[in-house]
Amino acid sequence: MNRVAVNETISVMKPKRAIETVSKGLRKRYRAERRFRMLGLAAVIASLLFLTIMFISIFGNGYTAFFQTYVKLNVYFDPETLREDTLARADYPGLVKKTMRAMFPEVQGRRDKRNLYKLVSSEAAFQLRAMVLRNPDIIGQEIPVWVPADDDIDMLMKGHIRRDVPESERRLNDKQLAWLDRLSADDRIQTRFNWTFIRSGDSREPELAGILGAAVGSFLTLLVTLLLSFPIGVAAAVYLEELAPKNRWTDLIEVNINNLAAVPSIVFGLLGLAVFLNFFGLPRSAPLVGGLVLTLMTFPTIIIASRAALQSVPPSIREAALGIGASKMQMIVHHVLPLALPGILTGTIIGMARALGETAPLLMIGMVAFIVDVPQGFNDPSTALPVQIFLWADSPERAFVEKTSAAIIVLLGFLITMNAAAVMLRKKYERRW
Amino acid sequence: MFRKTSLLAAAMLLSFGLGSVDARSSRNYISIVGSSTVYPFATTVAEQFGRTTPYKTPKIESTGSGGGLKLFCAGVGVEHPDITNASRAIKSSEVQKCKANGVSGIVEVKIGYDGIILANSKKTQPLKLTRKDIFMALAKDVPDPNGGEKLIPNPYRTWKDVNSSLPDIKIEVLGPPPTSGTRDAFVELAMEGGGKTFDFIKAMKKTDKKRYKAVCHTIREDGAYVEAGENDNLIVQKLDANPDAVGIFGFSFLDQNADKIQGSFVDGAPPTFDAIADGKYPVSRPLFFYVKKAHVEAIPGIKDYLAEFTSEKAWGPEGYLAEKGMIPMPENERKKFYKNVQTLQTIPMP
Repeated sequence: MNRVAVNETISVMKPKRAIETVSKGLRKRYRAERRFRMLGLAAVIASLLFLTIMFISIFGNGYTAFFQTYVKLNVYFDPETLREDTLARADYPGLVKKTMRAMFPEVQGRRDKRNLYKLVSSEAAFQLRAMVLRNPDIIGQEIPVWVPADDDIDMLMKGHIRRDVPESERRLNDKQLAWLDRLSADDRIQTRFNWTFIRSGDSREPELAGILGAAVGSFLTLLVTLLLSFPIGVAAAVYLEELAPKNRWTDLIEVNINNLAAVPSIVFGLLGLAVFLNFFGLPRSAPLVGGLVLTLMTFPTIIIASRAALQSVPPSIREAALGIGASKMQMIVHHVLPLALPGILTGTIIGMARALGETAPLLMIGMVAFIVDVPQGFNDPSTALPVQIFLWADSPERAFVEKTSAAIIVLLGFLITMNAAAVMLRKKYERRW
Repeated sequence: MFRKTSLLAAAMLLSFGLGSVDARSSRNYISIVGSSTVYPFATTVAEQFGRTTPYKTPKIESTGSGGGLKLFCAGVGVEHPDITNASRAIKSSEVQKCKANGVSGIVEVKIGYDGIILANSKKTQPLKLTRKDIFMALAKDVPDPNGGEKLIPNPYRTWKDVNSSLPDIKIEVLGPPPTSGTRDAFVELAMEGGGKTFDFIKAMKKTDKKRYKAVCHTIREDGAYVEAGENDNLIVQKLDANPDAVGIFGFSFLDQNADKIQGSFVDGAPPTFDAIADGKYPVSRPLFFYVKKAHVEAIPGIKDYLAEFTSEKAWGPEGYLAEKGMIPMPENERKKFYKNVQTLQTIPMP
């Protein structure tokens, strides 16, 4: 009954040509496509926008950390204080204070004097000491010396401390500002590139804090990670992909490797604490242990990337190699691995970049620490770049805000370099079949 | 070829690792763990020590007071830390644990005080609180406002509800999480101090100590108190953005950010350096560090580090730690602990 009715309506309707149906829906389909396209574009623009905001805010906050305010002092290297037999232990802070008093002879009273001494960094005394020890002939002369300014002065010069608020709300009082203005007028204040930031380790004085200790720590840690996780990862991938029989055991292994890649990194930190520190008794805070922990985290990623790279090598190459009499090992080492290498390296670099940004596992093995000396080897205590960012972000001094952003810039610089290397390797050596 | 070199390198690394087992039998730097409140002060001393003596700069981990004492009490030997910093005194349970692990000689050194500050943005008026107000505003259960000795869930929404002399703004307090030593000290000093002003709660201390602690130390969980994490800089930023909010943190953050935030008066005392130093400001706590006596001879430099820390130029009223925001001890207390350090006087073992 029903079917008859349907048949009748069809026969009653004019036969419709396919092109009519198509052109009827055409505008709608174009519209849908345009919407789809706009949506994609909007997504790209939104992500670029967030990225730009992030970069601008970090660079805006951080670039000033690469500069530092210096003050010129006319130091008279007094032979009275600098006796030849006790040069190393002479009273250099006293020498700095004396110089300051000589420059501002009108300053009287204990409190004012203390405020006056606060204009220059405590580094000044060490700088004078180094100068005298390097060249004792300067004793008895008056020499102009540029010394770093205290962090509060530096913040003021960079505009991070406002002058126009009432005196009680500033860390610098009106007298200190007046002295500073006088120094400025005499051309005794200069902003220079902050080599200290690049050349030294951490410090509690923001004007002396540097990134080198953390950068070297990160480098040593990553070196250990690379040297361990790359061979392990590649060997495991080659075995699983080329040599292993396909059975339930290898399936089980595969599932577990995928699971391992998804384990939160803090778990590896706890494992490192229990195994490497407590069981093997390796030293706390050492890049060696950090590298071992990050290896655990990185090599599953390398295995997965390497297997994908090996899979993309066409079977014909393997067959050809075997066909002309190569052994399985020769086939793998001479033909398959070189062809898969760009993919493997890309995966490795991305895994390493992830390891570079990791803090959580390092927390458990004592790498979140205040370490001034730049590490010299794999067993020296050290921190890593992201840890340094964390520690500076938590410091009360205002000047550490810009240091934090500057450290982020350095970390981002490393990450971008590593990712760019991955892209270049792929572009240069990738082969398509 | 590539594989051969990397295998070789891996083998080398492995031998490095094995070598380190021997290497740790002599450690040539001081290892310090402990409180994040003492961290900024200890690091300043350590840096000064590293620059002025031939020894290496000590390594300082910020693990929290409890975590530090746990590591400290794990045993004697170079793999264990030499010194732990704490923003509270060592507990008797911790002393026992130390003893059980062979750590029997512990030198206690009090280094100064830290004030705990309730601060709000400079854009508004400073609050004038009493400890009772703090307790009433933040406790989970408070005495029934209609009288009697009953405790009811905290009904107060605004500061004015708590005390009619306070402004009519919503109670919104950003403070540290329970893992923090600052929180421990805050509930002990401010909240308990406020709870004690009610006679029946004070009487509870003798009859039912557990309940007394629960009443005084439990902070409300209905959103008026927000746990803002351990990053005090973040709290400062949030206060600057929201003038109605009040933040809880250590004195050094107020000291460094005096252009953005102001501390509230507590019991009539302003949270200034002088008021905390002479004990007028009620919410302040002592800071300590603990030294393993057995390590003093074994690790080079500990004696000099102790001497640096207990020198007048470090912990004195004009010293560089005061500049970093630590409140120095009165002179007789400094003398007492200086003597303790000189003689390495250990705390009594149970």
